[in-house]
Amino acid sequence: MLTALLIGFPLLAALLVFFVRGNAARNLALGFSIIEFVISIVALLQFKSNPDAASLKVDWTWVQSMGIHFSAGIDGLSILMVLLTTFLVPLIILSSFKNTYSNAHNFYGLMLIMQMALVGVFLANDGFLFYVFWELALIPIYFISLLWGGENRGAITFKFFVYTLFGSLFMLIGLIYLYNHTNVEGLKSWAVQDLYAAGKSLTASQQSAVFWLIFIAFAIKMPIFPFHTWQPDTYVNAPTQGTMLLSAIMLKMGTFGMIKWLLPMVPLGLEKWGATAIGLSVTGIVYASCIAIAQKDFKRLIAYSSIAHVGLISAGILSLNQQGIQGAMMQMLAHGVNVFGLFFIADILWRRTGTRDMDKLGGIRSMNGNFAVLFLLVVLGSVALPLTNGFVGEFLLINGVYQYGAMTAVFAGLTVILGAVYMLRSYQHIMLGERKDSHHAFGPLASSDKLVLIIVCAVIIAFGVYPKPLNDIAEEATKIVLSNLK
Amino acid sequence: MKGLLIISGLGILAMLAEIFKFKKLLLPLVLIGIVAAYAFNFMEWRNGFGISYFDNMIAFDKMAIAFSGIIIATSFFWFILANDYFEEDSNLVDHFALVLFALVGALMLTAFNNMTTLFLGIEIMSIPMYVLAASKKKDMKSNEAGFKYLIMGSFASAFLLFGIALIYGATGSFDIMQIRTYISANADHLPMFFYVGVVMMLIAMCFKVSAAPFHFWAPDVYEGSPTLITALMSTVVKTAAFAAFMRLFLVGFANVSETWTGILSVVVALSLIIANFSAAMQSSVKRMLAYSSISHAAFMLMVILANVRSNISVDAIIYYSLAYSIGSIAAFGILYNVGRSGGEDISAFNGLGKRNPLLALCMTVAMLSLAGIPITAGFFAKYFVFITMIGTSYKWLLILAILTSAVGAYYYLKVIIAMYFKEQDSELAVPVEKSNSLVIIVTTILTIVIGVVPGFVAEMFKY
Repeated sequence: MLTALLIGFPLLAALLVFFVRGNAARNLALGFSIIEFVISIVALLQFKSNPDAASLKVDWTWVQSMGIHFSAGIDGLSILMVLLTTFLVPLIILSSFKNTYSNAHNFYGLMLIMQMALVGVFLANDGFLFYVFWELALIPIYFISLLWGGENRGAITFKFFVYTLFGSLFMLIGLIYLYNHTNVEGLKSWAVQDLYAAGKSLTASQQSAVFWLIFIAFAIKMPIFPFHTWQPDTYVNAPTQGTMLLSAIMLKMGTFGMIKWLLPMVPLGLEKWGATAIGLSVTGIVYASCIAIAQKDFKRLIAYSSIAHVGLISAGILSLNQQGIQGAMMQMLAHGVNVFGLFFIADILWRRTGTRDMDKLGGIRSMNGNFAVLFLLVVLGSVALPLTNGFVGEFLLINGVYQYGAMTAVFAGLTVILGAVYMLRSYQHIMLGERKDSHHAFGPLASSDKLVLIIVCAVIIAFGVYPKPLNDIAEEATKIVLSNLK
Repeated sequence: MKGLLIISGLGILAMLAEIFKFKKLLLPLVLIGIVAAYAFNFMEWRNGFGISYFDNMIAFDKMAIAFSGIIIATSFFWFILANDYFEEDSNLVDHFALVLFALVGALMLTAFNNMTTLFLGIEIMSIPMYVLAASKKKDMKSNEAGFKYLIMGSFASAFLLFGIALIYGATGSFDIMQIRTYISANADHLPMFFYVGVVMMLIAMCFKVSAAPFHFWAPDVYEGSPTLITALMSTVVKTAAFAAFMRLFLVGFANVSETWTGILSVVVALSLIIANFSAAMQSSVKRMLAYSSISHAAFMLMVILANVRSNISVDAIIYYSLAYSIGSIAAFGILYNVGRSGGEDISAFNGLGKRNPLLALCMTVAMLSLAGIPITAGFFAKYFVFITMIGTSYKWLLILAILTSAVGAYYYLKVIIAMYFKEQDSELAVPVEKSNSLVIIVTTILTIVIGVVPGFVAEMFKY
């Protein structure tokens, strides 16, 4: 029941928000998303006390004749992802308080629908349902980017939509192929465990085909080199809140999908093609980092840094060991929070100075010391300094990739060094140095902005110093994933 | 069968309307008649089926009743959409009668059991359509459409007739069940001209469903005809042609499938490629919808291909026709209303999101459904096609279908982008008549409802 509530509540909330006008829509959306966060906390507590509780699962028949069920459940991995979503959505809404959007009720309504779809993706236990939510998540973000995006948004959102739809259709075929090979007492089934079994019963070459069909969809969503070309333009042109949804949460659909919907289905396919996929991921790390260093536009720099980070996550997952996958889970959480923080900072800079060009910025520290400290904390989190949240995940990831291959780890490890280069350099350009005329009045932060940044920084430090609660869940979840692999 | 009789009666009634001066009453009468036909159709569904009439010339089995239901329901929506369109015209009753007779032909096509009924059905359906295509008398394009449609249609009919004659010569029967029995009994020594006959019929049917490379008439005819007639062509006529196609080849010629599956798979592949890439290049929404209808035809043909061996799940094609018909009625209804003030070019949709948000929303749903995005009816339609295809040896067609679907998303999105993103110089509101907006809203809601609970429909067609 709790699961159904988690999925259904944002939808109902969205339908209400569509009919409210003005600032009330914004406040209502914030209130609803906080309630959703509370629901997810309740789910977390229940899961902690009894992971097999009946209230954490829901299974309704949807289309009887085709074995399609509305089947969703909470496990270790999904509760982490749901918490990330429900924690970030209120912050994203709060971060928009200083932006003014026309037709705000539609904006916030779409955002809540997006939340519904994301939570659905993370909770679905039925292959078909997973696909439906996966596609459903695309529609609100498409309209958010199209209606409230920057210049040239028509062409860019369009590329984004067609690109991801293209990948998803391949995934659908892969899933249908598995579905056709399921056999539960003579009937076909969409249940995730049955799909696992069906996948394992295939021959190596069949598994390879399924691996690529499904992997491409995830690779486009994350994105992994060379499927990333839609991403920088889309991130830069979407409205800030859309970018946050895309990078902080939607990207994790891909990495999450790999852990739950790819690895356990095609062990032989992985054996054959895993190395290639890791190769692509690592290439992406180096490639994106190098491009990030050359960027002048701060928002675009974050976009590329995101490709680098997600490449490491993907490499960790594909290395198929405890450290790699557990690290990936931890890094997914940390990256979500950090990239949200970075995009928010980019938005604050944009609002106050009218530019994202780092050459035109400078010396802001001397005007607003508080902002400088908070910004620095977020930067440190994203370069994974010890005692920040990024450290745990990145350490585990590199450890995991090292067990897979030392040379791979060397290249993957470049992300740490190169990441430090471009992040610290951009901080230096923006905050330090001489004051530029263009933004002589960088006054104190608005209280809502300050609140968001303080929450983010608190989370960065808190889970850097004491990651145990999340880490324990991730560790257990990884064990289950690894046992499914056999 | 009773539905067929009622609609024939309505057609005759419509012709009398001018003489006895009850023109004003005609539309309500027709609507009541259609509802009655639907009700009888539904009762036949409930009370058993497979009853054959006239020496087994026509037989309403479950498949026929399902297709008839779709056709009757679509025409009901269509008549409401068309109410004011007819009023502008002095020859109101002629148009009513023509459309109703076309419907009679369409219903015959769903239920034929004999080659003569097939030919009769096709002609009864096509001849009124030729006239209707040219019904904008003073418009050059409409005349061209009617003329082109007539020439091409007659050409196809000639092929059909020739094919029927050859097959009759080889098997000695017009009855498709008897032909089927004859084929399986004499599989080894069928004369060469029998196979030629099958291929000729295949070509004729491909003409009728406008599959590439026999599609060249379709875009011009669709564009030139009045929008509402185009709507009729791409829903009722198409559904009926498919029903006939399916019955002829899956029942009549199932045992000589190796003769026609090869050709058909090439036809499907060509249709997918040509239709989608041509649609992407159109600037007229009507032409774009014409090409997209060719691509949908290819999807339905894929189901026929997939079911040759198994002959089990024709429900995929029924669901597809339903989803496609409803989506098209909504899309054409909106196009008709937008087109009245701004023309049929895609720029007419510019800024519709501001000028008439409700219409824009409905168009968005229709486009998403035609593109096959969940949770619309179009998504499940595609899904059923995929699921029937994946177990067959036509996986290459499936991959092609996916690749071209992505192209499909391109041109459907173009309309959405125009509505929400492009600015319109004039801030003119788009007025929509109440009855029209009712149809558009109802079909939009149906699109979503069938998408959310596909089980309801899918279960209905199981047998």
